[in-house]
Amino acid sequence: MNKITDELLRMVSGFSGAFKGAFNIRENGECAGRQSSENIHIDSKTDAPGLIIRVRPGTKGETVYIPACVTHGGVDDLVYNDFFVGEGADIVIVAGCGVHNDDEEEARHNGIHRFFLEKGARVRYEEKHLGTGKGGGARRIDPVTDIHLAADAYLEMDTVQLGGVESTVRKTTARLAERAKLIVRERLLTDGHETAQSDFEVVMEGEDSKVDLISRSVAKGFSRQAFHSNIRGLSRCSGHSECDAILADHGSVIATPALEANHLDAELIHEAAIGKIAGEQLLKLRTLGLTEEEAEQRIIAGFLK
Amino acid sequence: MLKLEHIAWDLPDGAGIIKDIDLAIPDGQLVVVTGPNGGGKTSLAKLIAGLSEPTSGRILWNETDITGMDVTQRARLGVAYAFQQPVRFKGLTARDLLELAAGHKLSDGEVCELLGKVGLCANEYMDREMNASLSGGEIKRIEIATVLARRALLSIFDEPEAGIDLWSFSRLVETFQDLRNEKSGTLLVISHQERILSIADTIVVIADGCVRCAGPKDEILPNLLSDERTAKCPLGKEASGHE
Repeated sequence: MNKITDELLRMVSGFSGAFKGAFNIRENGECAGRQSSENIHIDSKTDAPGLIIRVRPGTKGETVYIPACVTHGGVDDLVYNDFFVGEGADIVIVAGCGVHNDDEEEARHNGIHRFFLEKGARVRYEEKHLGTGKGGGARRIDPVTDIHLAADAYLEMDTVQLGGVESTVRKTTARLAERAKLIVRERLLTDGHETAQSDFEVVMEGEDSKVDLISRSVAKGFSRQAFHSNIRGLSRCSGHSECDAILADHGSVIATPALEANHLDAELIHEAAIGKIAGEQLLKLRTLGLTEEEAEQRIIAGFLK
Repeated sequence: MLKLEHIAWDLPDGAGIIKDIDLAIPDGQLVVVTGPNGGGKTSLAKLIAGLSEPTSGRILWNETDITGMDVTQRARLGVAYAFQQPVRFKGLTARDLLELAAGHKLSDGEVCELLGKVGLCANEYMDREMNASLSGGEIKRIEIATVLARRALLSIFDEPEAGIDLWSFSRLVETFQDLRNEKSGTLLVISHQERILSIADTIVVIADGCVRCAGPKDEILPNLLSDERTAKCPLGKEASGHE
């Protein structure tokens, strides 16, 4: 494992020289380290690049790390990881991705993650994306997340991308059975000429299923973002999505949320707000002694916290 | 000592909102500014805090001319301002704002003490986001707490009672009394509430952009209470400054 990977791992997955429990480190399309635990088994796929991660029913309190790093240009890494989480398990999955590029060729990671949670399983899924390096080649991260929640299953997805990625297309789809609950928290910061697209498609099939999708983003410089969401209710269910974006400089954001209720008792709500930082917010922080620049930085940091 | 010398502030269309105000506010006093709606009280407070720039005149703070200083510079000199209609923040918590105001990290106990002074239970509020989930009264009380956290030399409160329930208001009045008794700074409170007027050292009545009268509470308040036409100032005299 090279030094750049080590640094990227620290930033995207909290790596501090070693992981405790099950893990797989992916470096430039190759496995740079793997360990299974008694309850979490990680195996290579035989039909495609990627992993099969199986979590035993009832497993509690364990964390599995599956970070991926690209450390130079000319790499186009594609990986398919499938997670099978047994009934009643309650675990954390950390899947950060860092792309470093000091070269002129493009560096790309495309992680396709599928989650199959059995009845009553609970997962907190943390996904942190970051781009570093000074090369002219683009840094791209294009994650695909496909979630299947059985009855009473719960998945909380915390996804963050706070700069350095020239281009990202993020696709998330989910299907929820009875009483399943999905929470998604997305935070995005783009600057320069970066582009980011987030697509969410959530189908609530089961009665009393719930989804809460909150996306907060900041578009600075000349960056462009697009947010698309579609929440579909096929039974008695409740869905909420919220898209808030702050514009700075010449940034632009398109938000196109959609709600589709196919049942009389489907309760779906969407909120969206796009705009620059309110002058009153800047003034309030300036009355506390901050300069305008400090106030703006603090407001953005809090917004994306 | 805060001194306003011939302060005027006009709207872009030339309409005069503040008209040639002279006023002197000694250190350590609780000064209540009152008067009819639209009379210029908030405009005057914003001029003092640097949120607006006067059309003419000078503002002196401890002999220093601060007229040209912006809001940040005045804040760093020790001027604090509680907005009448506080702004909300997505992502910043009550604790975040209090720590920004204090200029350093605060212990749970310190946050608890500050929020307690405005009648809020800290455990419920310290980590709450300052967003739409809070009521207007809750946001208002946290706003006031941010000014208390600054321990400023001059603290300006614009209608602190607005939107606050009776019980919290009582706690707030006690807090103002405590601050006055500590003599740690000057308090400038814009208010129409008799309970706040009654704890003032000095009352300033502003109407039509002018100081109608100003003086010790015992001199001004009885006349205010006996005359419903406060806008015309019961004393029937123009005050061109009070020290």
